[in-house]
Amino acid sequence: MNFGFTEEQDLLRSEVRKFLDENCPLETVRKITEDPNGGGFSRDLWQHIADLGWLGLTLPELHGGAGLGFVDLVVVLEETGRSLFPSPLVSHTLAAHAIRRFGSAKQHSRWLPRLVDGSAIGTVALAEEDAAPGPEGVRLAGRSAGKQLTLTGEKWFVGDAAAADLIVVAFRKGKSQELGLAVVERGAEGLAARDLPGIDLTKRLGRVALDRVKLARDAVLPKGNAAAIAHLFDVGALAVTAEGVGAAEAALRLTAGYAKQRVQFGRPIGSFQAVKHPLAEAYVDVQSFQSLVYYAAWCADHGRKDLPLAVSRAKAYASEALPRIGIDAIQLHGGIGYTWEYDAQLFLKRAKWLRAAFGDADWHYERVAALGGL
Amino acid sequence: MDFDFTPEDEAFRAEVRDFIKKHLPKKYTPEELARWHTEARARRYVGFAWPKEVGGGGGTISQQVILKEEMARAHAPPLGVCFMGLAWVGPSIIEYGTEEQKQKFIPDILDGKYQWCTGYSEPGSGSDLAALSTRAVRDGDDYVVNGQKIWTSIAMWSKWIILLVRTDASSESKHEGITCVLVPMDTPGITVRPIRNMAGGAMFAEVFFDNVRVPVENRLGEEGQGWKVTVSALAHERSSIAEVAGLQRSLEELRVLARRSKKNGRPAAQDPGVRRRIARADARIEAMRLNGLRFLTRQLKGEPVGPETSVNKLHRAGLEVELGELALEIEGAAGVLDKDAAPERGKWQRMALSWPEVVIGGGTPNIQRNIIAERILGLPKDP
Repeated sequence: MNFGFTEEQDLLRSEVRKFLDENCPLETVRKITEDPNGGGFSRDLWQHIADLGWLGLTLPELHGGAGLGFVDLVVVLEETGRSLFPSPLVSHTLAAHAIRRFGSAKQHSRWLPRLVDGSAIGTVALAEEDAAPGPEGVRLAGRSAGKQLTLTGEKWFVGDAAAADLIVVAFRKGKSQELGLAVVERGAEGLAARDLPGIDLTKRLGRVALDRVKLARDAVLPKGNAAAIAHLFDVGALAVTAEGVGAAEAALRLTAGYAKQRVQFGRPIGSFQAVKHPLAEAYVDVQSFQSLVYYAAWCADHGRKDLPLAVSRAKAYASEALPRIGIDAIQLHGGIGYTWEYDAQLFLKRAKWLRAAFGDADWHYERVAALGGL
Repeated sequence: MDFDFTPEDEAFRAEVRDFIKKHLPKKYTPEELARWHTEARARRYVGFAWPKEVGGGGGTISQQVILKEEMARAHAPPLGVCFMGLAWVGPSIIEYGTEEQKQKFIPDILDGKYQWCTGYSEPGSGSDLAALSTRAVRDGDDYVVNGQKIWTSIAMWSKWIILLVRTDASSESKHEGITCVLVPMDTPGITVRPIRNMAGGAMFAEVFFDNVRVPVENRLGEEGQGWKVTVSALAHERSSIAEVAGLQRSLEELRVLARRSKKNGRPAAQDPGVRRRIARADARIEAMRLNGLRFLTRQLKGEPVGPETSVNKLHRAGLEVELGELALEIEGAAGVLDKDAAPERGKWQRMALSWPEVVIGGGTPNIQRNIIAERILGLPKDP
């Protein structure tokens, strides 16, 4: 029994934190994300984190990756969440994970090296306009014609859609309505991907339209079935919740720090229980969904059957708690918290973004109820 | 990160399961319970965490967790019958007691010869425990105690009380000048008046002290060190593993209740509100389990575990209230019936009316929030 991190993992965390503190403090986050022509992230920093090995963290060494696991990934994502680091890292990691886990050896050699060195950016396109999570929400039509597959339909809420060079698209095919995953490359005829304006500028969401996009058969991931799509939702929920842990901690530290300094009625407001108690509750919640995230990551690394349950507990808890923490952060700050220039609002926006991503609290709690035998 | 126990620990788990299979009482008659206690004592499961020299089990931290977990899972009766003696009086005596005190009290606590009660809270000092004002004045070889304690659980059935008294009212800090003494409950001048709680039972009492003479040799620790003795005693309960197993069981029973019941004419298990609240409790109980394992890991590495344990105390408080409330809401109109007229013979009514024992006892939720805010987040103290 050891619910702790290895020395290597602690080192990884401190390196990631140091890099982000030095290269992408919140001031830089704002510069990058508020630039109307910038695409929402920095190509320089992207190349930098590729060189540091973050993009291939969980990919096999054979293709240039570090061969690590989800627990290691969670360590990195807690830190990128803490800094609200704007980059396609989560989308990219999911695409690479899909290709590695559900693709053939030939497909690995074709795509993974480009994803590891950062020369290609990946994303996954699973949900559609109604945003129904899981395989049930996939309706995009795939049609086989000879040796080709034709995809027609629309994907919504696609992370980093405009930046993506490789999009892993979920589709349904034929009379059997069998589910599948295919890799669509930027520039394919009939493909149009664009980002949509969003409230959280540090996260880009877009729409991908496919109008009779023709793919060779080797663009289809052989193991990409309904279970694969469900798994990608689970891993996606895990990844964004890991970022949520870091973001929630940062919001809590920011607010507690302010409460220690701000004096009203002749004393620091942090000495009032009306201020103390919501902060204590925030601490309880962050600690708790952090524990749930760690356990879910461990389940993912060890192929445990209860991964969906572990993920849903974590995502449901976080989706409920994080927006509350964000709102309290604003309220406890008072007027300054409502301003654009103060950082509290950035965390509230991330909280709202996270709540909806990869299934909200209602969806995940319902799955916990069902898996628990109700 | 590894959530599995070592093969040695798993072997110990198998041993405990085997013990439970063999000795778990079928019915909780006094004879069966006495036999259970004798067998548990023979295996040194009673006082399992205590050093072997004093008659304890000398169990490792992970074995203690396994033992608690397996006992809770099996609905087993408690290990040992002297509840407060085993929970904190014994550990305090082991840490601060003289040789004579250890020899006099520890074997009896392990054997469950009689009960101990705890005289901490007073009418004027509940959450602010250190403000206590029961006085003890030195007179020759005795202290003379005057004052009143309240919320003293099982005072009417106890032979001894562990008592906090103020021996020095002039000290600057209210934490100084407090002394811990051990007092026989049949000492002249002690009066016990039971208090009936909202569930209808009388488990706690007021205890009055009127010129009660306590020999100085019955002092535990040094004069003026009573606060230290108390704090270390209360710190003995840590990772909350046993509470988690108990809550998991309650939640499982609640699921059964939901599957059997109708709420407003429809199956309760299909009600979205019921489903969400059960799932919410499920996620929180699992978070408690995992938080407990994080604390346990720290303890295994020899690191101190301090105010973080308030996290699980808050979860537990919330869950004890929520599960009882939810059960009564599922039962609907029948939820306000009681005893044999109520569903499941009033089991959930008892839970819905007895949560204050664990929610208020040992520090209210707001006190736990203060602990987290001040000692973890570093916010200034409330003046």
